Amino acid sequence: MTWNGWAQIALVLALAVAMAIPLGRYTAAVAHGRLGFLAPVETLIYRAAGIDPKRGMGWRSYTLAMLAANAAGFALLYALLRLQGGLPLNPQGFDGLSPWLAFNTTASFISNTNWQAYSGEAALSYLSQMAGLAVQNFLSAATGIALAFAVCRAFASGGVSQLGNFWADLVRICLYLLLPLSLVFGLAFVALGVPQTLSPYVEARTLEGATQLIPLGPAAFQIAIKHLGTNGGGFFGVNSLHPFEGPDAIATALQIIAQQVIPFSLAITFGHLVGDRRQGRALLAVMLGYVVVATGLIYAAEAGGNPLHLALGIDPTQGNMEGKDLRFGLPLVALFSATTTGASCGAVNAMFDSFTPLGGLIPLFLIQLGEVLPGGVGSGLYGMLVFALLAVFVAGLMVGRTPEYLGKKVQAREIKLAMLAVLVLPATILGFASLSVALPAAIASIPAQGPHGLTEMLYAFSSAAGNNGSAFGGLAADTPWLDTTLGIAMLLGRFAYVVPVMGIAGALALKPKLAASTGTFPTHGPLFAGLLAGVILILGGLQFMPALALGPLAEHFVLAAGRSF
Amino acid sequence: MLDITQTPRQGTARRDRRAGAALGEPAILRRAALAAWAKLDPRQLVRNPVIFVTEVVAMLVTLLAARAAWLGEAWGFQAGIAAWLWLTVLFATFAEAVAEGRGRAQADSLRRTRSEATAKLLLRGDDRTLWQPRNATELRPGDLVLVEAGDLIPSDGEVAQGIASVNEAAITGESAPVIRESGGDRSAVTGGTLVVSDWIVVRITAAPGATFLDRMIALVEGASRQKTPNEIALDILLAGMTIIFLIAVATLVGFASWNGEAPAIPVLAALLVTLIPTTIGGLLSAIGIAGMDRLVRFNVLATSGRAVEAAGDVDVLLLDKTGTITLGNRQAAAFLPAPGVAERELAEAAVLASLADETPEGRSILAFARDSYGITPRALPAGAKVVPFTAQTRLSGLDLPQGTQLCSFRKGAVDALLKGAGAEAPAGFRDAVDHIARSGGTPLAVAKDGRLLGAIELKDIVKTGMRARFDALRRMGIRTVMVTGDNRLTAAAIAAEAGVDDFIAEATPEDKLSYIRRAQAEGRLVAMAGDGTNDAPALAQADVGLAMQTGTQAAREAGNMVDLDSDPTKLIEVVEIGKQLLITRGALTTFSIANDVAKYFAILPAIFVASYPELQALNVMRLASPESAILSAVIFNALIIVALVPLALRGVRYAPIGAAALLRRNLLIYGVGGILAPFLGIKLIDLLLQLFGIA
Repeated sequence: MTWNGWAQIALVLALAVAMAIPLGRYTAAVAHGRLGFLAPVETLIYRAAGIDPKRGMGWRSYTLAMLAANAAGFALLYALLRLQGGLPLNPQGFDGLSPWLAFNTTASFISNTNWQAYSGEAALSYLSQMAGLAVQNFLSAATGIALAFAVCRAFASGGVSQLGNFWADLVRICLYLLLPLSLVFGLAFVALGVPQTLSPYVEARTLEGATQLIPLGPAAFQIAIKHLGTNGGGFFGVNSLHPFEGPDAIATALQIIAQQVIPFSLAITFGHLVGDRRQGRALLAVMLGYVVVATGLIYAAEAGGNPLHLALGIDPTQGNMEGKDLRFGLPLVALFSATTTGASCGAVNAMFDSFTPLGGLIPLFLIQLGEVLPGGVGSGLYGMLVFALLAVFVAGLMVGRTPEYLGKKVQAREIKLAMLAVLVLPATILGFASLSVALPAAIASIPAQGPHGLTEMLYAFSSAAGNNGSAFGGLAADTPWLDTTLGIAMLLGRFAYVVPVMGIAGALALKPKLAASTGTFPTHGPLFAGLLAGVILILGGLQFMPALALGPLAEHFVLAAGRSF
Repeated sequence: MLDITQTPRQGTARRDRRAGAALGEPAILRRAALAAWAKLDPRQLVRNPVIFVTEVVAMLVTLLAARAAWLGEAWGFQAGIAAWLWLTVLFATFAEAVAEGRGRAQADSLRRTRSEATAKLLLRGDDRTLWQPRNATELRPGDLVLVEAGDLIPSDGEVAQGIASVNEAAITGESAPVIRESGGDRSAVTGGTLVVSDWIVVRITAAPGATFLDRMIALVEGASRQKTPNEIALDILLAGMTIIFLIAVATLVGFASWNGEAPAIPVLAALLVTLIPTTIGGLLSAIGIAGMDRLVRFNVLATSGRAVEAAGDVDVLLLDKTGTITLGNRQAAAFLPAPGVAERELAEAAVLASLADETPEGRSILAFARDSYGITPRALPAGAKVVPFTAQTRLSGLDLPQGTQLCSFRKGAVDALLKGAGAEAPAGFRDAVDHIARSGGTPLAVAKDGRLLGAIELKDIVKTGMRARFDALRRMGIRTVMVTGDNRLTAAAIAAEAGVDDFIAEATPEDKLSYIRRAQAEGRLVAMAGDGTNDAPALAQADVGLAMQTGTQAAREAGNMVDLDSDPTKLIEVVEIGKQLLITRGALTTFSIANDVAKYFAILPAIFVASYPELQALNVMRLASPESAILSAVIFNALIIVALVPLALRGVRYAPIGAAALLRRNLLIYGVGGILAPFLGIKLIDLLLQLFGIA
């Protein structure tokens, strides 16, 4: 590790936070529906779709509207992917996807996971990319943010049953937040050399006289939303490692900022919406703290290098550079790896499969902690609030009052729903991964021996259920078993989680907002931030320790002892 | 720091003497040890998900050990784990049994005092010569019974006629008799108490089996115990965590198969039981029972655990001024002479005017004159004519023959005296009177032969230590509100002197009710104490209503707690007991969850020692062998329950230092301590196991 490296990390994170603070205030205005500079477009959409933006929805109708929108999106995308062979904008003449792969891909993009069991440039038409995936990139991100708005509103006032209008939220988030930001970031990526074209792939002749097909496409704007919406699905198969997706260090830094800025800013938005900005800052501090620590751990592990390589006399100052690109450098790779997994983005600019065991453990563990650090757009915030409720419940009793968070009593109903939500990740990840390292049909997908193979499978289901979408690599994921189970894991990770969370929002909204006193558990400041960080680690992470002990931890100690498989 | 936890212990001591139910008394422990076995019944245990899972796992491991023994395989290790898993369950049921046992001992002593007497049922209205014996258990609400000196009052009721002194020691533990009379605020009588003198006619108000004593027995016995809202929520959290760890451990079978390994079931069982929150799961109900019990020992009966929890949440405390904040009687504090009058002349006239005054105020004037001026009151002079106080004149005093003349000495309300004297008050006197009123006192004017001599300042004396207690309450985040019938000026002065946050002056019952409603609308929880019938609506509206045992039946029905000592100040301690209950739950939950970290370090390297001996690097405690590591973790997990039983029953100490400081302290002790303690404990047990060569 070098000071220069840490300076790069600090600079990029500082920029992200600096942008997130004003953006958070702006997003609060979006949530309040106070912005009007696109009012004509907004009104036109409302009129065309028959939406009354002032009609409030209770938690049930809000959730049902969200589920209906996503079900419709699911049907459309699935049809598009299956039928792309006969549809326009398909210069390479790709066939429709297999039912398994189409299900997997649809589930993936609906749930903001963007797990890719295919390689974009070798399987998808431009129409599928633009009208299918890019549209879902917007819709799944806007869905997440809308849900977060609804949850924030539940804390903001007392004794109400309505949490806002889902359709109006969706329209406003797209119009005022995601589209303008994507435009800015997309243009920046074009300026940095990322292609944005509808022309067919270029055939080039190499110096040795061979022909090479160079894939192109409308990549720049899709990459902008891929990061901004913490989607993570690459235009090209190797994602941000591809020279057209991540041309240089500046572009990779910009991508990190794009991943972090909305999740960070939503913590600030939360503070604004509940009328106490310190509350938002406390959540942001926890998110940022975890990102810094995780980056440091990855950086240290990778800078330390692979002991087996070092034993062969390889220059130890380089660290472990396998699977990484020199144009990014170790610090930005470490930071990108921590942010993409912490933020439920899933884009990658290096191959985790080639990380040292501990370097690979951190991204995996960040996902398993519940994708709240800072988590996906919207989903990170409401996930964080679930942990905040649990933290307040367990430790809040220790001040001698029925626990309350932001003046809302935390009682049996909230705890029941919070535990239901918290159960989704371990049940899905551990259940499917455990089956998949035992069933012969699934084992065939794992090329690696020993603990590394287990890590690959564990990572795949963690990534799917956590709606992250990054791949550890190595796994042959496009099989009927994995396409199906991973697809189910993605849907469960998104929808089985958010329905109880919305139930909590509905219950909390109805409760009166109690006044705070000096006897109230303070939920801002370092003490609460530390407590929340601890609760995330213990309630979110402990259950994965046995599996991790057999995967990356075992690999680490085995490697240190010089044993390989 | 003021230790306001001191006061409850006085109450505790009294009841302890009566019930003889101190913690750790051998008889209770013996009985609890037996009861613990009965509680192993799975049908009963299923109410406690964590311990139920532990029991199921213990059964499974027992069967496996038996099978191994049957097949002639090594079974010692499995039997060891099985034994300690059973002990874990037993320790948990034992904790509950001890907590219940303490209540049961009290219930027994109450039951002995329950009335078996025959009642004298009046046959014709209030004609008390015509009665018929009737079994007390057959009395219906509305029946009129005669109770004479030496009779036990057969059931709860209101005095319809007569006045009697009643010994209520059976309920309150206080043997000095109290007066019960018809009408007013002292009309409620309780079944099982003894009429010591005179007679009363009682109108029965309680149905058989639903008397105060019956309810009290059920309460302390825990028979009607229902889980409180917070307990239910905590139970759900613990059940959820149990399911999560069940998943983590069950899926380990699949993960281990990747290396072609199959971990032994007893080992997985050990991992599961040490990870699920058995510590808090085992102690949760004991904490709740002990909390109610603490209140009972403190001579306060709560109608439900819910009320005790609500007490911990209270933000606003409504306290009556008289008797709670002040000593209750106004007392003379100064003599302020009118211009041109000597202080001593005023004092002597005041003494003469008060000689026949038997009210506490009058006596306090004599006492003050004696203490400050050395005027010793003498007997009523011969020939003196007492002029008693009347509502019309609002004056009292006496006429004294001096030589041929008759001198009149009067004291009374300032305006009344001035009107009687027909004189204009001198400016200096007016100022003095205003000053007294502003500083919270009551001025009394004194005149001799119609000549204004000056004023006596009567003051409400604030009880010592009240200011410090209110400061402590403020640090707890609780606002205190003084309720008084005084005018605003007087009320403001006393409020300032006592250090309360707010006051309601010239309070009517409606004022109290609307104040409570307003505070509740702002999202605050309100507690109040009251005794009179007109307090009943406010008591019912308050989140915590503490009724006085000496109060009316209506007040006792409206409140959700009854103070047997009839001391409204106790509201403060009731709040603390509520807080202590919640803190104890939170602290032990935190401790229990934090324990898991160390258990991983003990068990995980041990489970996978065959396929990954390198994982021994995680064995930071350097435990001797895999078997010893697993057994040590299970033993620690069981013993910690027993070790924490005293804490669960006694409760975590509460200090009014503000939420942030309290949280920091408890997080440090139970959070950080909870992470570290098992590292030490497990290592110690491992060393002992080595020493005795067990594993």
